[in-house]
Amino acid sequence: MGSIGMALLNSLDIGLLLFVIAVGLNIIFGVLNIINFAHGALYMLGAYLAYSCIGMWGMPFWLTLLIAPLAVAALAVAIDRLMLRFIYQRDISDSLLLTFALLLILNESVRLVWGTGIYVVDPPTLLQGTVHFPGGITYPIYSLFVVGVGLVFLVGLWFLFNRTRLGKIMRAAALDREMAQVLCINTRTVITGAFAFGAWLAAVGGVVAAPMRAIDPGMGDKIIIESFIVVVIGGLGSFPGALLGAIVLGLIYGLGGRFLPDVNLVLPFVGMAIVLLLKPHGLLGKGAAS
Amino acid sequence: MKRRLTQLVLIIILALLVLLPWITPYFYIFIVTEILILGLFAASFNLIFGYTGMLSFGHAAFFGVGAYASALLLQSSEWPLLACLVVAVLTGAALALIIGYFSVRLNEVYFSMLTLAFGMMVYAVVHQWRSVTNGSDGIAGFQMTSLGLGLDLTLGNPSVYYHVVLAIVVAATALLYLVCRSSFGLILTAIRQNPERVAFCGLNVARYRLAAFTIAGAFAGLAGGLMAPFLRIASPELVHWSMSAEPVLMSILGGTGYFLGPFFGAGMFVLLETWITSWTQAWMLVLGIILALMVMFFRRGVLGTFLDWWLERK
Repeated sequence: MGSIGMALLNSLDIGLLLFVIAVGLNIIFGVLNIINFAHGALYMLGAYLAYSCIGMWGMPFWLTLLIAPLAVAALAVAIDRLMLRFIYQRDISDSLLLTFALLLILNESVRLVWGTGIYVVDPPTLLQGTVHFPGGITYPIYSLFVVGVGLVFLVGLWFLFNRTRLGKIMRAAALDREMAQVLCINTRTVITGAFAFGAWLAAVGGVVAAPMRAIDPGMGDKIIIESFIVVVIGGLGSFPGALLGAIVLGLIYGLGGRFLPDVNLVLPFVGMAIVLLLKPHGLLGKGAAS
Repeated sequence: MKRRLTQLVLIIILALLVLLPWITPYFYIFIVTEILILGLFAASFNLIFGYTGMLSFGHAAFFGVGAYASALLLQSSEWPLLACLVVAVLTGAALALIIGYFSVRLNEVYFSMLTLAFGMMVYAVVHQWRSVTNGSDGIAGFQMTSLGLGLDLTLGNPSVYYHVVLAIVVAATALLYLVCRSSFGLILTAIRQNPERVAFCGLNVARYRLAAFTIAGAFAGLAGGLMAPFLRIASPELVHWSMSAEPVLMSILGGTGYFLGPFFGAGMFVLLETWITSWTQAWMLVLGIILALMVMFFRRGVLGTFLDWWLERK
């Protein structure tokens, strides 16, 4: 019983972390109609910046959590202005090609700057140690913090998109860009902002993940696949879908790692394949087939 | 007139390729062998990208399993090379059929995501399944004993192997060209231009896409099957997603709109790679920058732009 509880708790922190990252992917897709293949690379950049700030320059964790994602968001603004704006009006395959090129560029740049070694970041003193739950379950405090961050983002993003003017503007631009423009919404700023916001979310995920997962050059590849699986399971472009997909993938990891460790590697893909067979547009997706 | 000239140019190029071992230094035999194999790989990719309009980021999976299939068979049972290649083709096609079944059902955004995801899955399996694939060490130390068909060739000799590769790649390219020119190929082009309309004509778009994807997987498997004996190793790098980036860039470099564009792109790619890796390790970074610039400003590719200009000239 305790082990199942443990597995479920382990699913929760991974799941909520994936939610934060996948929702960024969804926002970029919704507003720009671009699948950001470099999303995992931006996440990785966040984690490496966290390593540099905390491990090398001795910056406090909380300041890093503020600064590193902002730096990545600033980079995203530059990427949008220098690269993506050329292909706004083009065929969708061009945007896929361009973000794929960006993935190559960012991945190799990270490798050039930080090398191929594996880095570890310690959690802040406040969040070190474990807590004991009834039933003999011990749980790292840091994982509790990750769950907390995930919940804050869940509520915050829901509030942003449903209760604020800014969120409504973003949704309007996502629904019908030309109509939004007619209504005096500066869609160019919204597009750049949405890309930067999505990148910021990926980088926040990277900083939060830094003390939890090893920092290595393959971490971006891993997360982009995980977030693709999340949005395919949940439904591309769907906010609740990202949450559901992330929880499902977290459960696959948590329970699969506990009960089927030999095939743990392919379980997420099996889960994704099953969803594709039964509900091609994801559990909560609503797009029509084309 | 222009048709005649094109044929003449192709015949001259082909003749030069056949004579290559006698007219160039040894080093270039290796370069051109690699160009031919990668060109076939890129041309198979372009069947689904340039013709059918689906951008696959997981094409290395089929190339990689083809390489592993021929390497494993050469190592364990010392089959003739041609028999190994047949198995490589079948493995590539079978894997493409499975991955394609899940990937072609939705639009091209899903297709790109799913092919990348499944491609990475294949890489992870190859990398971790040590008992079969020997993990990150790869399959090495195999010998090519015979070609098959009763021909007595010393395949270990690079110029002999070059001629074998040339013959197989030319035959495969001709076959692929026939596929592209057939009514099946025309339907694929129609699907790229307007899938809804093709569906209205009563054709099953998903089934045609799956067929194209499977054929492309078969040719990629063949290219992989030729690559492993050339490199004398089948390693996980051949399955990695950065390997999938190579046919993408080759097709874009050469031009996706023309059948021979990917071959031309493969030639530029290999020469660029040889030149750039001689002074920097960051080949992938350069590759990414070139791809980005090509997509942004030069989408028709080098050969494509030239042919567009030449064919429109009166």
